Amino acid sequence: MARTVSTRHKAIATVAAWFIALLIFFPILYTVVTSFKTEPEAIAGISLIPSGTFENYVEVQAQRDYFKPFMNSVIVSLGSTLIALVIAVPAAWSMAFSPTKRTKDILMWMLSTKMLPAVGVLVPIYLIFRDTGLLDTRLGLTVVLTLVNLPIVVWMLYTYFREIPGEILEAARMDGASLMNEIIHVLTPMALPGIASTMLLNIILAWNESFWTIRLTAAQAAPLTAFIASFSSPQGLFWAKLSAASTLAIAPILIMGWFSQRQLVRGLTFGAVK
Amino acid sequence: MKLHPILVGACSAMAFVGAARAETVTIATVNNGDMIRMQKLTDDFTAKNPDIELEWVTLEENVLRERVTTDIATQGGQYDVVTIGNYEVPIWAKQSWLEPLTGLPAEYDVDDLLPAIRGGLSVDDTLYAAPFYGESAMIMYRTDLIEKAGLEMPDEPSWEFIGEAARAMTDRDNDISGICLRGKAGWGENMAFLTAMANSFGARWFDENWQPQFDTPEWKEAVQFYVELMNDAGPSGASSNGFNENLTLFQQGKCGMWMDATVAASFVTDPEDSTVAENVDFALFPDAGTGNHGNWLWSWNLAIPATSDAKDAAKAFVAWATSKDYTALVAENEGWAAAPPGTRTSLYENPEYQEAASFAEPTLAAMNAADITKPSVQPVPYTGGQFVAIPEFQSLGTTVGQLFSAALAGQMSVDDALAQAQQVATREMKRGGYN
Repeated sequence: MARTVSTRHKAIATVAAWFIALLIFFPILYTVVTSFKTEPEAIAGISLIPSGTFENYVEVQAQRDYFKPFMNSVIVSLGSTLIALVIAVPAAWSMAFSPTKRTKDILMWMLSTKMLPAVGVLVPIYLIFRDTGLLDTRLGLTVVLTLVNLPIVVWMLYTYFREIPGEILEAARMDGASLMNEIIHVLTPMALPGIASTMLLNIILAWNESFWTIRLTAAQAAPLTAFIASFSSPQGLFWAKLSAASTLAIAPILIMGWFSQRQLVRGLTFGAVK
Repeated sequence: MKLHPILVGACSAMAFVGAARAETVTIATVNNGDMIRMQKLTDDFTAKNPDIELEWVTLEENVLRERVTTDIATQGGQYDVVTIGNYEVPIWAKQSWLEPLTGLPAEYDVDDLLPAIRGGLSVDDTLYAAPFYGESAMIMYRTDLIEKAGLEMPDEPSWEFIGEAARAMTDRDNDISGICLRGKAGWGENMAFLTAMANSFGARWFDENWQPQFDTPEWKEAVQFYVELMNDAGPSGASSNGFNENLTLFQQGKCGMWMDATVAASFVTDPEDSTVAENVDFALFPDAGTGNHGNWLWSWNLAIPATSDAKDAAKAFVAWATSKDYTALVAENEGWAAAPPGTRTSLYENPEYQEAASFAEPTLAAMNAADITKPSVQPVPYTGGQFVAIPEFQSLGTTVGQLFSAALAGQMSVDDALAQAQQVATREMKRGGYN
């Protein structure tokens, strides 16, 4: 009897999981479907059957160069992620293994910077970028995305590092490992799933960030978010072309997510079950 | 080893490279048909100006406005040419944010610009932006449906007639609404239409002392008429409809009439996109016996920020993109009907354009009927037509637009919407130091 109930629960849970997954995936699916519709079809009503036209992709490619914003997205998201990890790994190590009475406060303060609406600091940052010549540069965008995502990276790594027994690091120290060796050769391999998932999540966040990437760039450093935004039109039909542009923009990150899903899930559930 | 000749050679080479490097003009623009067409035709400009390179930044209208405002206000200098509306031009020119467009070549023929458009882009008789295309508002209606209703559209219809015709043309069984009007909240959405409509009812936003006027009978009459008309003869969900949504409805044959920007005329008469292209005609924006036809006048213009470091090259581009030659270039490549409308008198005198564009005459009539120096029949301290040319209008217009959109959706009464609009406007004008 108990087994029957358990099976029923499993079935319900599976159906619920599929439903939620489809619900979450539906906007992406519909964007892809819409990209293969004509403009009148795109606004005619909800339908999952497109006419199968590739015209929007041709038009999108004819109107704007895809490669330049794509490369900007790749460089900026990878660059900001690497810099964030270089800063965050030692910071999280310090807070996880040598905490002080202010560690919790510092962590909360770091997180609180995410609570400020970005537009609140737009003008000061814009002025700093203007005076330092960072407007519309990949370097400027890399710096700002590093800073924007750093609190999340530190928090995630801190959580993963706390799951690692401090005694192992102590043993390494007793064997004569230097601080750098301890972090690079002992801590990092043990926390690799956590670091990998943090890295992947940060790449996704940087790839999708649209507030700063649109506002701090013009023609040179604009990434794919600006590429998508350029297809919205005040007068005329644009949903199908916008969907094609969105599909092209999200495809690389979707593919990356697909291939690294095992690593992502392993990292995100790291330490969840003891 | 003698370094001297090598250094001289290297310096000369660098100087040569520097001199040969093209000057770059960065253009910020919106994504609409005319702008996309311009981008496709820029080979003509670069062939004539090989020392100038063009780079495009295309953004959604509101993002562009915010982005360009931030850049110009902080003197970021990111753009050499910006696409802005005739709402921004006088405000920004007075702030010295824009470069005056003086010294344009004689063949540019400034006097050929439509007087109403040129006036809206000038401050103290100096032109600060060149119009790329212009528009007013007019009625687009289905000839077959109005005939079926047993009515005939006058050239200059009254609101009373429009109300009667819209109700007569409504056919709920066949999903046809007699009239489609903007309802989506926003200063450039429903408030563009409602401000023009209120103008035609004799209303005004402010009196001579900048006191808001939403508590006057003219506003009450205009908004009440609008809400009742849309409830009786408008499409469902009208409070979410803007230009694009109504365009779609009209093209799919679901609207008897549509009052909106004249630029829509080319879309609804294009048989490739419109199912009703053969049955569309036009009439002047209605009035309520005031002789005021709304004074809707909008233009997308090219201006040069004062912070640009390539002003001469930018001016050369602006002159090319808004010239008569450019119009001829468009006609040569895509036909006369595709020529950017509403900026030059010569275009409307061109028989080829008149023949190709059935909407040419009504568009010109609508533009000539608009006078943004006198938006209302009552005296006002501001200029503008479907907007009020003050910096506060963007936020104020959007807030008031939300109230009127809520009234249209049935979430509040017209009286409540007007009372709240009066309160909000009074507070905003006090805060702005107007009174």
